[in-house]
Amino acid sequence: MSPLDSPKPAARAPLRPDLALIAEMVAPGSRVLDIGCSDGALLEFLAQERGVTARGMELAQKNVNACVVRGLSVIQGDADTDLVEYPSAAFDYAILSLTLQATRDPRQVLEQMVRIARHAIVSFPNFGHWRVRMHLLFRGSMPVTEALPERWYETPNIHLCTVRDFIALCRDCGVEIEEAVVLNDRQHRAGLTTPHLANLFGQKAVFRLKKD
Amino acid sequence: MVMDRPRTGGTRTAANDAELQRGLTMEFGRDTPLMLDCGVALGPFTLAYQTYGTLNAERSNAILVCHALTGDQYMTGIHPVTGKPGWWSLMVGPGLPLDTERFFVICVNVLGGCMGSTGPKSLNPATGEPWALDFPVITVADMVRAQKLLIDQLGIDRLFCVTGGSMGGMQVLQWAASYPDKVFAAVPIATAARHTAQNIAFHEVGRQAIMADLDWCGGRYLAEGRNPDRGLAVARMTAHITYLSEPALHRKFGRRLQDRSSLTFGFEADFQVESYLRHQGASFVQRFDANSYLYITRAMDYFDLAQEHGGKLANAFRNTPVRFCVVSFTSDWLFPTSENRSIVHALNACAADVSFVEIASDAGHDAFLLDEPEFSETLAGFIAGCAEHRGLNGR
Repeated sequence: MSPLDSPKPAARAPLRPDLALIAEMVAPGSRVLDIGCSDGALLEFLAQERGVTARGMELAQKNVNACVVRGLSVIQGDADTDLVEYPSAAFDYAILSLTLQATRDPRQVLEQMVRIARHAIVSFPNFGHWRVRMHLLFRGSMPVTEALPERWYETPNIHLCTVRDFIALCRDCGVEIEEAVVLNDRQHRAGLTTPHLANLFGQKAVFRLKKD
Repeated sequence: MVMDRPRTGGTRTAANDAELQRGLTMEFGRDTPLMLDCGVALGPFTLAYQTYGTLNAERSNAILVCHALTGDQYMTGIHPVTGKPGWWSLMVGPGLPLDTERFFVICVNVLGGCMGSTGPKSLNPATGEPWALDFPVITVADMVRAQKLLIDQLGIDRLFCVTGGSMGGMQVLQWAASYPDKVFAAVPIATAARHTAQNIAFHEVGRQAIMADLDWCGGRYLAEGRNPDRGLAVARMTAHITYLSEPALHRKFGRRLQDRSSLTFGFEADFQVESYLRHQGASFVQRFDANSYLYITRAMDYFDLAQEHGGKLANAFRNTPVRFCVVSFTSDWLFPTSENRSIVHALNACAADVSFVEIASDAGHDAFLLDEPEFSETLAGFIAGCAEHRGLNGR
């Protein structure tokens, strides 16, 4: 069934755990831009449950159309090229969920996010996760895991990083980490008090950032 | 179809054409003429319009639809001149995206038009003869100023939505730029914030075809009892090609022959596509005024919203409270996605609330008039979302 067949689902499916984590980082009533908003699940939740002014940008036209049919304000656009159009501090939060690793220039995307919004929330699959390390160490082939399900020749992920790498990028860009949480493969949460453990056991990481 | 005739303070005049008797008209500018962009003060003048559905007690459910170059106020129901369904019958009606059981839908024949609103074929009060080329040149902004007068007379302080395709979309953008506090939502469809050189060029071909027709008589054909049918038909044929796409033409006609099995080695309409265009031209001249065609194409040519705002389109929408949904079609080469996207870019630059949808269709520019389910769903979804934000109750 295409998403267009059911414009208003009767009951909303629970948010994916990483999206629920992002939603908790967003203050009610704020202005949010969700970059790579996919089918708009997070946007719809934020708009209806948190009363945020929700906007979305999405690369796939089919997803964009499905979002607009659901009454969400979404445009077709590319994180790599279209963020530069927005004025500075236009939003309270710019969200990029599990998309950074698929952008051509993650550093520039990150810098644009902290420019157009007071806070950036970024989530990504952690390439430092122990299963990824084991896969590479023992099988000697590109890891295929729950969080990284595609094989090397079909994945859109061209800039994978570890928690450690991302922290280093933030430091290089002058971006302050306000909050950081990792989700292990049972979707349990852990903070970043011991970064090397977070980097080992975190399957996905969610960072809330702001410009220093 | 529910035909609601709201009580207004406006002066209603008798419809000026017998075939338009069912239509609504309102007169303006008798005391205070309308200042046009060209510097002429126009008044009195008439606007012909149609309404569908019922205005609610709060007067908050009004949708203004702006028609395209050769459209008119008869969006749905049987057209009084052609006897065919109105141009947006698929979109306006009970249960349709512009739901007349929920919304009060208004469409006004543009100033300069020929379906009851004052235009070059109307009588010039100064001479008692048709205005012809003495009619002042109209702009898209003038059309919108005139519509604003009518909306005021209907007692509507703020339109719930303004929408329209092509030149209608230009009016939508002009409404949002000129009266941002009077528009809750705006849906410009298959349009542009400025008419491109290519589009001006096509219009010029159409105008030259009309003016080259000896029956045009320097524009005074009505006074001479003649009509430049051939010129107007050629203008329509040229324009019609730009409304389609190569794949659509190929799908509809290919190289198929018309009522014959072999080429005639002459200049009759051998091909189906020729026959089709001739038919389009011939039927168009039955319902459209040649001088109106000159004036309205000129209005589109002159449209450049950025130029009015220091050359920067974003300035036209600074701090706009309007919620936008821009729609384009993949095969539209007259108002391509790139032109629509530049509107989106300008709206992003002022952090406006904007949705942007490109609909996959091979029907060309005309797609906004056709049965395109994804387009209907988008429009319905956007309007439903806006109605929720506006606090308009469902049915």
